[in-house]
Amino acid sequence: MDDTIAAISTSQGVGAISIIRVSGEEAIEIVSKIFSNKNFHNASSHTIHYGYIMDGLEKVDEVLVTIMRAPKTFTKEDIVEINAHGSIVTTDKILELLLVNGCRLAEPGEFTKRAFLNGRIDLTEAEGIMDLINSKTDISRKIALNQVGGKVSDMIRNLRDELAGIIANIEVNIDYPEYEDIEEITIDKINSNLSELEKKIDKILTESKNGEVLTNGIKTAIIGKPNVGKSSLLNRLIGEEKAIVTDVKGTTRDSVEATLRIDNLILNLIDTAGIRDTNDLVESIGVDKSIKFINQADLILFVVNYNEKLSEEDKLILSKLRGKNYITVVNKCDLEKKIDDSNLENVIYVSALNDVNIDEIGKKIKEMFNLEKIETTDLTYLTSARSLSILRKVLDSVKNVRKGIEENYPIDMVEIDLKDIWNLLGEIIGESYDEELLDQLFSRFCVGK
Amino acid sequence: MDYEIIVVGGGHAGCEAALACARKGHKTLLVTGNINNIADMPCNPSIGGSAKGIVVREIDALGGEMGNNADKSLLQIKMLNTAKGPAVRSLRAQADKVTYPKNMIDTLKNTDNLDIKEALVKDVLTPNNKVSGVLLEDGEVIDSKIVILTTGTYMNADIMVGDTRHREGPHGEKPSNYLSDNLAKKGFIIKRLKTGTPPRIDKDSIDFSKTKLENGDNVYHTFSFDNNPMYDIDKQVPCYLIYTNDDTHKIIRDNLNKSSMYGGLSDIKGVGPRYCPSIEDKIVRFSDKERHQLFLEPESLYYDDIYLQGFSTSMPYDVQEKMVHSLSGLENAKILKYAYAIEYDAIYPTQLKFSLETKLIENLFTAGQINGTSGYEEAACQGLMAGINACLKLEGKEPFILRRDEAYIGVLIDDLITKGIRDPYRLLTSRAEYRLLLRTDNADLRLREYGHKFGLVSDEKYDRFLEKKKNIDKAVLEFKDKRLTPKDNDYLMSLGTKALKDGVSLYDLLRRPEIKITDLVRYLDNEYSAEVLEQVSISAKYEGYIKKSLLEAEKLKKLENKKIPLNIDYDAMHNLASEAKQKLKEVRPNTIGQAMRISGVNPADISILTMYMKRG
Repeated sequence: MDDTIAAISTSQGVGAISIIRVSGEEAIEIVSKIFSNKNFHNASSHTIHYGYIMDGLEKVDEVLVTIMRAPKTFTKEDIVEINAHGSIVTTDKILELLLVNGCRLAEPGEFTKRAFLNGRIDLTEAEGIMDLINSKTDISRKIALNQVGGKVSDMIRNLRDELAGIIANIEVNIDYPEYEDIEEITIDKINSNLSELEKKIDKILTESKNGEVLTNGIKTAIIGKPNVGKSSLLNRLIGEEKAIVTDVKGTTRDSVEATLRIDNLILNLIDTAGIRDTNDLVESIGVDKSIKFINQADLILFVVNYNEKLSEEDKLILSKLRGKNYITVVNKCDLEKKIDDSNLENVIYVSALNDVNIDEIGKKIKEMFNLEKIETTDLTYLTSARSLSILRKVLDSVKNVRKGIEENYPIDMVEIDLKDIWNLLGEIIGESYDEELLDQLFSRFCVGK
Repeated sequence: MDYEIIVVGGGHAGCEAALACARKGHKTLLVTGNINNIADMPCNPSIGGSAKGIVVREIDALGGEMGNNADKSLLQIKMLNTAKGPAVRSLRAQADKVTYPKNMIDTLKNTDNLDIKEALVKDVLTPNNKVSGVLLEDGEVIDSKIVILTTGTYMNADIMVGDTRHREGPHGEKPSNYLSDNLAKKGFIIKRLKTGTPPRIDKDSIDFSKTKLENGDNVYHTFSFDNNPMYDIDKQVPCYLIYTNDDTHKIIRDNLNKSSMYGGLSDIKGVGPRYCPSIEDKIVRFSDKERHQLFLEPESLYYDDIYLQGFSTSMPYDVQEKMVHSLSGLENAKILKYAYAIEYDAIYPTQLKFSLETKLIENLFTAGQINGTSGYEEAACQGLMAGINACLKLEGKEPFILRRDEAYIGVLIDDLITKGIRDPYRLLTSRAEYRLLLRTDNADLRLREYGHKFGLVSDEKYDRFLEKKKNIDKAVLEFKDKRLTPKDNDYLMSLGTKALKDGVSLYDLLRRPEIKITDLVRYLDNEYSAEVLEQVSISAKYEGYIKKSLLEAEKLKKLENKKIPLNIDYDAMHNLASEAKQKLKEVRPNTIGQAMRISGVNPADISILTMYMKRG
C-alpha cells in the first residue's frame, strides 16, 4: 500500500467534467510534476488550484486541482483530485501521464479498500464491502487477461518469445562460457531484433489510436467564419442523430465541450462556445485561434459558404489544414454558387438549414479514420491507458538498450534493459517471470557435464 | 552431553558446517562413513564456474574454507566472462582431487573443538520433535543439542549402469540405508533425485595431438581475499577440447534401450538435472546437432585419470567402450572408471526455514545435496550457513539470513525454500535479479562485515578489509576531485579519446568506455592497489546501471520488511485462490516479499493477504 494509485472517478464519456483521483504518499508530488504553474509542496490542505496539465511543454487540459492532505481524506492518505474537461481523450491522457510519472492504476474498489485499511470506514461497513472488493478483484484479473484481443496479444507474445530467445542465448553464453559452439549473441543480432520490435510496437500504438477513436471518440473542431452556419450545422448533427450534448459553462473556463454521437461515432468537440453563441457576432474566430484548434484536433470540420467567395483568411486556414484529417463542409449548397471550389479537397456540399447531405459527413469521417475496417475485426488494439503506458515504457527501454550498445557497455548490462522489455511485455499480457527463462535456456541449448 | 553439535556427512557442506561450528567455539563432532573420503570430489575436478565461483568468494568473505582450500590445490585457474561485464565474471579452477581433500582433512584435524568419527548414522533422535542426538548403525547413541545433516547423495543411494542397479554410494562407498526412511517416519517429504558422472580415461592412452589445448589464464588469481597465489602460472595443467561425431551418435542411438535412463531400467523415479543432461539426453533432445563439445580434464597430478566432461551416461560397460573409442584422439583410450548414474533421496526443501533448520524438528538442520541442490559450491555455502545458524540458535540469537540482493547464497536459499525444486538445483547467474550487485570483485564488501561479526573472520583479516574500504573511499574522492583541462589534451588524444573543452574530473573521464583506469593513475597523488582501483573503475563506468539495480533492491527490501505473522491462518482467508492457499500453507513465507515469489500466488492473492493482515 505504499504505492500511489490513480483512476478516473467519474463515469467515462458523457460528463462535461471528469475527475481523476490520485491517492497515496506521492500523490501531491506526482501531480506537481505534470501541473503547469506551481509545485504543491507548500499548498495548504483542502485548497483548489487553477492551471494546466502539461505533457512536457504541451498543454493537455485546463484544470482545477484539489489538494487534500492526510488524514482528513476519504482514504486517510494524501489525495489530489483533478477536475478536467469531460472528453475521454484528455481524461485518459491525464491518467496516462500520472501512470508514466509513477502512479499505479487503481484496481476496482481500491480507494474504498484503502479507506477501510486505513480505518476510515468501520468494520461492519467494511465486512460488507470486502466481498464486493474480492469479487471485483477476480473480475479484474480476468479482464486484465482478456483486455488484449487475439492479434495484438499474439504479436506481443511473439515479440516476447523472440526476446526470450536472445536473453536465454546471452545467459547461456554467460553461464556456460566454455561452450564454444553455441552462437555468441552479437550486438547486430540484438539491433535487428530491436528494430523489428520497435516497428511492431509503433504499429500497435498507431492501431490503438484508431481503436481509441472508436471507443473514446475523435477530438473535433468546427471552424469557420462567424456567419458561416457552424451552429446550425452542429444543431443539425445533434437534432438528426439524437446525439448527447452536454455543455456546462465553467466559471473559469472560456470554452464549452460537447460529446456528439453520430452513426456510432463519438466526436468530442473542442470550443463549442464560439459556435453556439450565435448572438455574439462581435466574437470572431480569428485565424490564430483557428490555427490553434487545427493543431489540437484530430479532425477539423472547416465550414465555408457556397454563396460566398473564399476570403484570404479562409485560404490561409486551408493551407494550414494540409496534412490533417479535415472535411471542407460547403454549407448553403441550395443557394447561388459564388465559391471557387476548384482547389478544395475533401468537400461535402450540404445545407444545414434544409438538411441536405448531412449524413455524408459521418460516412466521410469513417472512411477517413478507417473505421469500417476496425469495426468488423475483433479487438486488435490496446485500449487501456495501463497497456499503452507500458508500451511507451517499452520504447524507453529500447532506447536504453540502444544507448548501452552505442556506449559500448558489455552485454551483461545491455541485457538488463532487454529483460526490462521482456518483463514489461509480460505485464501487458499478464504473464509472469517465474522459471520461464530458465526453461527457455535449457530447452534451446545443449549444455552440461 | 557429549557434543553441542553433530554434523552428519563429511562432504563439502559437512566440512564447512563443522568448521564454522568448531571455530565459533562449540564442541562439534563430524560423523562420516569414511574419513579418507572427506571433502571428496566424486564428479568433476573443478571448483567455481559461472556464478559458482562467486559463491566461493562469498564463502571466503564470510570466513568459510572452500576458497582457501581451493587456492592450495590448484591445477589451473581462469576468470570466465571477462568480456561480458563485471557482474558475470567468475573464477573457475581445476582442483587436484588428491590435494584438495588432503588439505581439507588437515584443516579439520587441526581445528580445536572438532572431533571426527567414522560411522554411519541410522537415525536422528528427536523426542518431542526436538533433537537429542544421533543413533549410529552399530547401535551407539551420541547426544547433542543440534544435528546438521549433510548426507550428500548417500541416502538410499543406487548406482545404475545399463540394466543393473545396486545400492551403493559414489566410488563404491557404503550408502546410508536407514536415515531417509527414518526421516520420512518423522513426517518429512522425501524426493528422489538422480545425477550422473562421465567415464575416466587413462591419460597415457589418449592421443592429445587430435585435441585442442585449453590453458589457464596468464595472470594470477586467488579465490580467497587473503591469499597470495600458491601456484606457478607457467606450470598450470591444461585441459583439452574434443567433439563427438556421427559414429558416436549412431552408437548411442543404436543402444539407447540399454541405457538405464532409456528403458534399461523400468523403475527410475529420480529426476535428473536439466543443466546436466547425460550424453544420451543430448543426442535425443538435440538430434539436429552434429557434434557436442567434450572436455578432457586432469583430475590430479598424482594419478592418471582424465575426466571426460560432457559424456555422463548410464550405458552398460561394453557400449561405453564403443562410445569412447569413437571419439577422435580416444580411439585406443583405456577407461579407468566407467560412467554411472546415481539415484538418491533428498528432503523437499520447502520444509526448511531460512536458517536451514527444518520446520518439523527443532535444532535439526540440513545442508547440501540433501536439500536438492547439486554442485560442491552450492553444498559448501549451505553448510557454512547451517553451521553459523546452528551456533546462533545455541546462543539464543536471531538467525543469519542473506537477502537476494546481498549474495548468491541468499538467492540460492530463498529459491530452495520458497520455490522448491523440480530437479537438482544449480546456481546460475540468471537466477539472480540483482547480479550487478553480486559481483566476484565485491564479495568482501558485501559480506566480510558479517563474517567478522559471527567470529569467523579474524580481527587481523578484518582490519585489512577495513583498510581496503577506506582506500576505496579515498580513491573515489581523489578521482572526483582531480580535474584534467584542455592542456592535458595531447595525452588524452593519444589514448584515442575526445579532446576536452573544459575541465573534467578523472571520475567523469573514467566513464568513457575507451579510458582504462590505469591510463589515469599518473595524475593521482596517492598509490592504490589494483583491487581498490577496480572498485573505483566499476563504480564510475557502470554507475547508471548500478543505481538502477540498487533502486530495484530497495523495493525488495521494503517488501521483505513486511513480516507475515508465524501463526497466520490461511484457511481463514476465504477469498484466496485455492492454488495460492495450498502453496502459502506449504511454504509459510516469512514476508510479503517472499510470498510474492511463490509461483502460483498472484498479485490479487497478495492483496487479500495484506488486507487480512491489516484487519487481523
